[in-house]
Amino acid sequence: MDKPFAITLNPGSSLANHTGSWRTARPVYLDRLPPCNNQCPAGEDIQGWLFHAESGSYEAAWRHLTRDNPFAAIMGRVCYHTCESACNRGKIDEAVGINSVERFLGDEAIKRGWKFAAPTQESGKKVLIVGAGPSGMSAAYHLRKLGHAVTVMDAGPYMGGMMRFGIPKYRLPREVLDAEMQRIVDMGVTVKLNSKVDSILDTMKAGGFDAAFLAVGAHIGKRAMIPSGDAAKIVDAISVLRSMEGEDKPLLGRRVVVYGGGNTAIDVARTVKRMGAEPIIVYRRTRDKAPAHDFEIEEALQEGVMVKWLSTIKQAGDKEITIEKMALDDKGFPQPTGEFETLEADSVVLALGQDVDLGLLNGVPGLEVTKDGVVKVGTDLMTGHPGIFAGGDMVPADRNVTVAVGHGKKAARNIDAWLRGETYAAPPKHEVARFEKLNPWYYADAPKTVRPMLDIIRRQSTFEEVQGGLDESTALFEARRCLSCGNCFECDNCYGVCPDNAVIKLGPGKRFQFNYDYCKGCGMCVAECPCGAIKMEAEDI
Amino acid sequence: MLKQCEGSHAVAEAVALCRPEVICAYPISPQTHIVEGIGEMVKSGELKDCEFINVESEFAAMSVAIGSSATGARTYTATASQGLLYMVEAVYNASGLGLPIVMTVANRAIGAPINIWNDHSDSLSQRDCGWIQLFAETNQEALDLHIQAFKLAEELSLPVMVCMDGFILTHAYERVDMPTQEQVDAFLPPYEPRQVLDVNDPVSIGAMVGPEAFMEVRYLAHAKQMQALDLIPQLAQEFKAVFGRDSGGLIRSYRAEDAETIVIAMGSVLGTIKDTVDEMREAGHKIGVLGITSFRPFPLVEVAAALKNCKRFVVLEKSLAVGIGGIVATNVRMAVTGMGLKGFTVVAGLGGRAITMKSLTGLFEKAGRDELEPVTFLDLDWNVVNKQLEREKQVRRSGPAAEAMLRDVGAVAARNY
Amino acid sequence: MSALQTVKFYQTGTFTVGNRLLAPEDRSVQANMQRTNSLNSGHRACQGCGEALGARYAIDAAMNATNRQLIAANATGCLEVFSTPYPETSWQIPWIHSLFGNTAAVATGIAAAIKVKKQKGQGQDVRVVAQGGDGGTTDIGFGCLSGMFERNDDVLYICYDNGGYMNTGVQRSSATPSAARTATTMPLGPEPGNPFGQGKFVPAIAMAHEIPYVATATVADLRDLENKVTKAMGMRGARYIHILVPCPLGWGTASQDTIRMARLAKETGVFPVFEAEYGELTSALAIRRPLPVEDYLKPQKRFAHLFGKNPAVETIARIQAQADKNIRRYGLLAKETV
Ligand SMILES: Cc1ncc(C[n+]2csc(CCOP(=O)(O)OP(=O)(O)O)c2C)c(N)n1
Ligand code: SF4
Ligand SMILES: [Mg+2]
Repeated sequence: MDKPFAITLNPGSSLANHTGSWRTARPVYLDRLPPCNNQCPAGEDIQGWLFHAESGSYEAAWRHLTRDNPFAAIMGRVCYHTCESACNRGKIDEAVGINSVERFLGDEAIKRGWKFAAPTQESGKKVLIVGAGPSGMSAAYHLRKLGHAVTVMDAGPYMGGMMRFGIPKYRLPREVLDAEMQRIVDMGVTVKLNSKVDSILDTMKAGGFDAAFLAVGAHIGKRAMIPSGDAAKIVDAISVLRSMEGEDKPLLGRRVVVYGGGNTAIDVARTVKRMGAEPIIVYRRTRDKAPAHDFEIEEALQEGVMVKWLSTIKQAGDKEITIEKMALDDKGFPQPTGEFETLEADSVVLALGQDVDLGLLNGVPGLEVTKDGVVKVGTDLMTGHPGIFAGGDMVPADRNVTVAVGHGKKAARNIDAWLRGETYAAPPKHEVARFEKLNPWYYADAPKTVRPMLDIIRRQSTFEEVQGGLDESTALFEARRCLSCGNCFECDNCYGVCPDNAVIKLGPGKRFQFNYDYCKGCGMCVAECPCGAIKMEAEDI
Repeated sequence: MLKQCEGSHAVAEAVALCRPEVICAYPISPQTHIVEGIGEMVKSGELKDCEFINVESEFAAMSVAIGSSATGARTYTATASQGLLYMVEAVYNASGLGLPIVMTVANRAIGAPINIWNDHSDSLSQRDCGWIQLFAETNQEALDLHIQAFKLAEELSLPVMVCMDGFILTHAYERVDMPTQEQVDAFLPPYEPRQVLDVNDPVSIGAMVGPEAFMEVRYLAHAKQMQALDLIPQLAQEFKAVFGRDSGGLIRSYRAEDAETIVIAMGSVLGTIKDTVDEMREAGHKIGVLGITSFRPFPLVEVAAALKNCKRFVVLEKSLAVGIGGIVATNVRMAVTGMGLKGFTVVAGLGGRAITMKSLTGLFEKAGRDELEPVTFLDLDWNVVNKQLEREKQVRRSGPAAEAMLRDVGAVAARNY
Repeated sequence: MSALQTVKFYQTGTFTVGNRLLAPEDRSVQANMQRTNSLNSGHRACQGCGEALGARYAIDAAMNATNRQLIAANATGCLEVFSTPYPETSWQIPWIHSLFGNTAAVATGIAAAIKVKKQKGQGQDVRVVAQGGDGGTTDIGFGCLSGMFERNDDVLYICYDNGGYMNTGVQRSSATPSAARTATTMPLGPEPGNPFGQGKFVPAIAMAHEIPYVATATVADLRDLENKVTKAMGMRGARYIHILVPCPLGWGTASQDTIRMARLAKETGVFPVFEAEYGELTSALAIRRPLPVEDYLKPQKRFAHLFGKNPAVETIARIQAQADKNIRRYGLLAKETV
């Protein structure tokens, strides 16, 4: 075309004008730490595996999840999912049902027979793990993945530790537990059951182990001094739960008093309810002060478990007990009131906590025990004795499956480094993606999906699993409620909202890049990024 | 084919023969019959492949024309007087963008006072708008100039205004030689735009140009009009070859070879002047005529050459540059700078005032004696003017001048148009 | 609620520009890696200019809907000035700027030319968009606009409403909101800012022309905007889309807040987002999170005189009443209908 001078111009020619020079601040992409991940005791990359689940790539999601925690199906049942309390979506409507999606993935993995790959290379190192519970088996998994030869020894007849002997099967069906344990064995981990380790040093020496991880748990029920007649039947909760796994079911009578207010107390009460007894929990403080999770208390109440709040057992006889009413003082501590009451009771189950059996540590030089009767460890989970690490319920920490699993991972990384003569340095934590960093406008309205519950009659009389799982469509829905806090999920907002087309879209999975030749630094991409994955940085001019 | 018809109709037919593709117009006397004629031809299907758009104003008319021309359509519109002024912003824009639109201006006075009759004030107000302006002397020439105008516009990529006297030409029934479609097609090739809005070759038309290039852009517009000075006579030649008659060109002299006095004018008044000159020649006066067809570009060299041998010239124009006098005269004077000629400006025929042979004879005789004032208002009623001036001298608020003067001349009331 | 229902819950649904969970054909035009960037980088709009954004959104969508068979006419104003200063243009399509007030007519001419060329078998079916600012549309260009509507010319006219003559330094237009400060409606005297009881809402006037399609949109609802442009390009005759485009300079807002301001305008009811066909209202984009007008007014310096130590409670109430009227008139709080 014969274009008139100056008036008529070639298309798109403004590319010659680099407006980036106007900028006083520049946007940069970053990953912030999602609050769920930050919260997870097992160090799961929750947002990361939800990302895969959102697109229906369940195997990828499960594989991503199991990078940190091999027990998706177990976690999806027994984890107390504090991640959900931290979830930013809770500030919009309700937290994402992370736990239910995790369970869905775990169940899918079992259903579809997904396996872990054996390591491609052997390190030549041998590691002994004592205890086939959540911590020990988690460590076994991670150490095996790293190529070490792993032997797990456990005194009990089955794998699972507290997951089997402390958690009733209506919360964790045994097929699920077995499947996730077996999957680790299948990686080439040696598990020796009914093999109590009496002396760690001897066993290590005999087996030629280069390092050891101790995770024997806390299995000795705490006793309380309750004045009682000879005929009174007083047992501890852990023994009751453990005996549920064997042939001989415990004989506790019709009226069973459970003493304590923790999760174990609730578990025992619900267990005996299912055996046809009438459990009654006696606890010295109020419901809101009870250490048990409220949802579990609620489920127990629904099932017909009775509770005497603000009560202590003063005396136990063979057919009844005396309890004293308590009152909270202004600091919230229970104080005796001098008011008494008698309750019919065929037996009393003490659920007052557990102690660790430290017998295997006798004579280990350098090893220290705290006054609470647990093993002292450093931040690397190594005991005072080089090469011996410990975790789970036997070290000072919260006692639950998830913490234990987290210890297993952490110990494995430190053991691996130690075996190479190095110290493990965890990658620095990113700043947390707080709710204020998000632009919640962009998320579709979607209240949480409620998991189906077993109907009440069956719950009272059978050990069928109380809580059901999500089906595929609801799990997908739930996964998609994730806000992807702090991590780009390729929503294209930055790419779309830039008035200067200064964002380059790199393609699926590759995210974006700024074109600073044209970016004027308006900051719109930052303001409109739903998940807070961009920030502005001052330009030094 | 010879036929007797109204000037407007002749133009309408000529435009139709040029195969216009988009026509848009807004009615104003005395342009109406032209666009009515074309509109009818489009509506009846006689003129095919042409969009006729009834716009809501002259501003829109020129704007539609800009759009269609820039999209490669041969585009035509027509207007007059107030309408031309109403579209001025777009008129400048069309030439600035170099769009070869052809527009008829049925010349008419500009108000206030509103007046529908003929003079050249409308076109001449736009002398600097960048359009080529051609003035027709007869209906035949008006017809012919439109055919030439499309070719001229499209070759230069500049818009062309064909100016014809309102009523005097537009509404006059005369015999014209209407060319055939074959003749017009032989002369005028299909429009090949220089620049065009084309999805296959996108450009941005109408950029903002700053001080760094604006002067150059303006100079180039001027240079194009200078090119037209060569092209206009050339096209007249080509036209003659196809149609067999002289039409168009830059200027045309009449009985001027040995003339001592040359009368210069534009448009239909040339006819009356020529008749007057014929009579005066018979009476022995050495008088001749120079008609200017192309007012823009103004043929300075050609005018100077035409006046080379005379002693004096009289510019008789239907326009008034209030505050100085003549418009055409000013341009002529520029052409003869340094030639030592005596020049007289005569403002005549404003708002349709009749220009009679009698008045002209008197005027030219006076000119021949060098007794004319530098600026003369032909047939001005001094009585009325002086009375009003007197009134205004005495009473500050002497009422509307036009009505007072109408009373003085004895007209009852003005008609509304 | 045209756009938003058809897509079931996909994390962000259609709120975000893209959504990896959607099928490619359900994604926005802006999400496309090969999108046309009708308004190329290097244009000279202010940082965070809503008009630059809105124009690219609209024209990219129109290009997409017409398979790039598109010509645009553009009025004088910011959009024209920042996109085509010699020697560079940002436009990728055939584009013409003629004048401030004649854009609709220029577009009519383009459409007429295209029609004839097509009739003659000399051209493709190319479509025409006219675009201008609120001043170029609701004021000086209104005559041509109304003429184009009335003749039902085959043109989509898009007005980018930033509520004032921004290019000449933020003067009042007939689309400037009540009480707003502009360079010609200063916050002085007994009625500070732009007087109440003035101005016009051209979408309603467009509806009165009973043209095939009238819609409003904002840069905060991309999918809605794209759907409307796409729908408009699927129709013939005169069509009008009025897009609210916040102007950081004229409104006195932070450059990163442009989309937020548009969102607030819609969510408070200050700017109704709807569609109408042949003069009848056919749908309205429901308010999702109702908010008081203060939330919209406060971040803007042009309304700063309403706040501060002695807030102009009555004035704010009058603006709230205007918003409430929009909500009633256009049914903005009605439940979404599928
Ligand atoms: C006939 C005419 N009058 C006035 C102007 C001056 N002018 C140019 S742009 C403009 C303001 C444009 O306002 P608007 O149409 O709202 O577009 P914005 O710049 O706000 O995007 C004005 C008044 C002009 N160019 N032409
Ligand atoms: S003044 Fe407003 S509309 Fe104009 S370029 Fe700046 S931000 Fe955009
Ligand atoms: Mg504006």
